[in-house]
Amino acid sequence: MRDKNLGLLIGVIILAAAAIWVDLPSNPGLHIHLGPINIDRDIRIHQGLDLQGGLQVLLEADVAEGEAVERDAMDTAKVIIGSRVDALGVTEPLVQSQGERRIIVELPGVQDPELAISTIRETGLLEFVDAGNTFLEPGTVVRTDFGGTVAPTEEVAPTSEITETTTVTPTVPASPAPSPTPERVLPTVVTGRDLNRGGLSIGRKETTGELYIAFELTSEAAPKFADFTSKNVGSYLAIALDKEIISCPVIKSAITEGKGVIEGKFTLEEARSLLVQLQYGALPIPLRVETTRTIGPTLGQDSVRKSVTAGAIGLSVVFLFMLIYYRFPGLLADLALAIYALLNFAIYKFGLPPLFNYVTLTLPGIAGFLLSTGMAVDANILIFERMKEELRAGRSLGAAIEAGFSRAWTSIRDSNISTIITCAILFYFGSTFGASMVKGFALTLIIGVSISMFTAVTITRTFVRFAFDAFGDTLRDKKWLLGV
Amino acid sequence: MFDLIGKRYWYFLISALLIVPGLIAMIYSTVTYGTPVRLSIDFTGGSLMVIKFQQPTTEDAIRDVFMSYDFTNPVVQQLGRPEDNTWQVRIGFTDVETVDEIKASLADQIGPIDEASSSLSTVGPAVGHEVTRSAAVAVVIASLLVGAFIIITFRRVPNAFRYGVSAISAMLHDILVALGFVSAMGILFNWEVDALFLTAILTVIGFSVQDKIVVFDRIRENTPKRRGEPYETIVNRSILEVIHRSLTTQLNAMFVMIAILLFGGASIKQFIAVMLIGMVTATYSSIFNAVPLLVVWEKGEVGQFFRRVRGREAAA
Repeated sequence: MRDKNLGLLIGVIILAAAAIWVDLPSNPGLHIHLGPINIDRDIRIHQGLDLQGGLQVLLEADVAEGEAVERDAMDTAKVIIGSRVDALGVTEPLVQSQGERRIIVELPGVQDPELAISTIRETGLLEFVDAGNTFLEPGTVVRTDFGGTVAPTEEVAPTSEITETTTVTPTVPASPAPSPTPERVLPTVVTGRDLNRGGLSIGRKETTGELYIAFELTSEAAPKFADFTSKNVGSYLAIALDKEIISCPVIKSAITEGKGVIEGKFTLEEARSLLVQLQYGALPIPLRVETTRTIGPTLGQDSVRKSVTAGAIGLSVVFLFMLIYYRFPGLLADLALAIYALLNFAIYKFGLPPLFNYVTLTLPGIAGFLLSTGMAVDANILIFERMKEELRAGRSLGAAIEAGFSRAWTSIRDSNISTIITCAILFYFGSTFGASMVKGFALTLIIGVSISMFTAVTITRTFVRFAFDAFGDTLRDKKWLLGV
Repeated sequence: MFDLIGKRYWYFLISALLIVPGLIAMIYSTVTYGTPVRLSIDFTGGSLMVIKFQQPTTEDAIRDVFMSYDFTNPVVQQLGRPEDNTWQVRIGFTDVETVDEIKASLADQIGPIDEASSSLSTVGPAVGHEVTRSAAVAVVIASLLVGAFIIITFRRVPNAFRYGVSAISAMLHDILVALGFVSAMGILFNWEVDALFLTAILTVIGFSVQDKIVVFDRIRENTPKRRGEPYETIVNRSILEVIHRSLTTQLNAMFVMIAILLFGGASIKQFIAVMLIGMVTATYSSIFNAVPLLVVWEKGEVGQFFRRVRGREAAA
């Protein structure tokens, strides 16, 4: 018994030491390189959007009700959105499928939510359309013969000619005559798919300082473009993004080299956003924004600060209460509670591999943790009350301690199971529609309750037994130390 | 021995005094707002903006800007202390582009906005419907599972079914009190029920059952030990034995919740308040509702009660 207990005590100390190491704010992470073993893990706190500020968007496939959404299309859309989000330069973005027709995107610390949303959501379908002799005002929504998801059929036979370097920059005429939105369907000449992804760049016109996007067509599309432009010198070639005209230049001369620029009244951010969309391709399916949540960074930091204060005060009261009410066992329970808090925090930072690698802390998540801490001592209270009862019934101290732990166990187990049941339901409920708040709360509460069964029972028992072995005689003489 | 169980009808009266005003609030709320508790955009869909201005302004000034965008009935409320200059506005589902335009007008007509301390949520109506549906499903499943769990736990005790039903009745009592509280707060202070509120309710269900199990567990233990005693005495003894620890365990969780209420972030205060109310009620109902119900059932008093009422009616 004594040896086993010593073993347990050493185990608890090692566990606590490991938890303290993980919890260190300056933890360097795990970087082990031993022959075939390569482990690289950052160990740090992951703050949810409500704490660090940012944007959450739930996108849904914008198709008619009841119409099936192809899984492949959603997967492709997810990958494209992922690349666009990466290009926005957000640290730790999250892009996840949710059900069959939804994608959830989380962008921590995003500065301009509106632009981020349009970068993500817009289909990014760029078309060069034959506008004939009518000038189309930028902003006009047009219809084209290029139908959404279908790739254009290539009609042009591949040629291998090398054209002379007469690149002509299309320009907007000085005094255009605005025309009403044409009802006719405009023929699409080439689309964003015909652009050479590597050949895109943002430039600034020296004369006006306006921004433009320089593009290069793929070698397959260049001849088709050359053919079209040479035949239509003098007419308008409109450039449309997602069926909305962004500029409508005149073809001054044939563009045979497959190079040109897209002009519009871009701001730098808009130009970048368009560049990103062109680089990563058009979405195979239109998406609509179902929900958005934007939280300012200051708001989040304020919440963190307040939660830390509230937690420190609440937990101090719990520690003091246990100490004053249960005296010596209370002190041991406090010790176990401290280990409990360390373990919880360590799991938030390190996760429980291979189940999960970290827990994202949200405001309700912190509340769940604090609450579970308040409840963690419940088990100790049940045990100590039982111990007192047994002592009053005239049992010896040793017998009372053992009876306290064994008899209280059924109550502890049963009551924790009911909490775990509700948490599991909450977690499921939270997952179905991306209520990360609900999920965060359920997760920290469930982790807390599970750990508390271990710390409040096993660890406290180890401490109590060890203390009884060491100071048993003193305790027998000074019953007030036991709070009896 | 102190006779706790003997005063059981007083406890039921106290519970009624807690529930009836809540029911009245819910009826009033249904008449006024269409639902027993006021629902947030999580359930109804819509847009909720929290805007922090850098200078003081008035509700009317903000409302005017929204009205100019054809919102017929924006709900404008001040948040926090007046010197925070933080306002919350709820409107119908609005896309981010329009919200941005509104913000520009607000900045234009009222004063600069502190973006870093502002927030925006928009929820599409379809999502709102789904949330409502899965919320209802979650509550039903939770109640069923927890009820089943109690019955399984107490299967070896005579009349396990009664324990299950008593615990669930007391749990419904706790939920009713919490709902009544939120309904009243909705009428008085515009509190709205969001997804977190549901979390609070489900957590209360968990607590409530947990607390009942502690009490029932003692009855389970004492029943075979004291076969000679009448049921009422066994139950009374069990309550007196556990009341102390039942109160102390709840006390610790309450310390934490009160600390969060007093010092924590504003966005979870309503959530914690509902949980605290639910928890206090759950502690009360374990001892003063769930257990007395067992006794009432054991003694067949429900039938007696009605007979007595009928007898009185006949006499009158």
